[in-house]
Amino acid sequence: MSDTIRVQSEDFDTGAELDRLRLGKPAVGALASFVGTVRDVNEGSGVSDLFLEHYPGMTEQALADIAVEARSRWRVIDTVIIHRVGLLHPTDQIVLVIVSSAHRGDAFEACQFIMDYLKTRAPFWKRERTPDGTRWVEARDSDDAAAARWADRATGSTP
Amino acid sequence: MRVQLRYFASLREALGVEVEAIDLPEAVATADALRDWLAARGGVWAEQLAPGRPVRVALAQRMAQPGTVLSEGQEVAFFPPVTGG
Repeated sequence: MSDTIRVQSEDFDTGAELDRLRLGKPAVGALASFVGTVRDVNEGSGVSDLFLEHYPGMTEQALADIAVEARSRWRVIDTVIIHRVGLLHPTDQIVLVIVSSAHRGDAFEACQFIMDYLKTRAPFWKRERTPDGTRWVEARDSDDAAAARWADRATGSTP
Repeated sequence: MRVQLRYFASLREALGVEVEAIDLPEAVATADALRDWLAARGGVWAEQLAPGRPVRVALAQRMAQPGTVLSEGQEVAFFPPVTGG
């Protein structure tokens, strides 16, 4: 049972991380993963690059807290949260979340929960470059709503 | 009370300050009191930290509520709502 938290400028290898959570771990029956990538359009403008700023120290703590919260709600074996910072371009990977569990229900839900909480609680900020110059991305109400729906839910381990 | 202040992202750019160490009067004891105190600097501070603006506060690198009490030597960060992922 481990939570891997990494904040890095380098790219990540999703296949290698999935293998690491599966090989030698016969209790694992399900691996759910999510990869967020850089889009070339946002709010109707073309995006040529994206700079990700974060709050060193707080970022890692916030991500670790989210993984612990996921463990308290679902039957989770291992988790991975890797988030990139610095300059990224369309099609680049931004974030990877993996949850392993005995069964898919726990893995799917915990993975989605971690992403929803990350979007509203982890101190990252995006600044994107469009044909009109650079601009800071504004937080979306839909992200707050996505995180809030988990507050209404009792711990949701599925048999 | 002395605290270390940090600003991030669009707020840092608008204020033109990344870090500062300040001595607070005794009356400034909570996160929202500190925000009001900084807004009283006027100009861009008043504009950026005005009530109703979406500004988040972290104390000792944890998300804080408006009423969270400050401690001596603490790191206090102000920033806009987060947009990672």
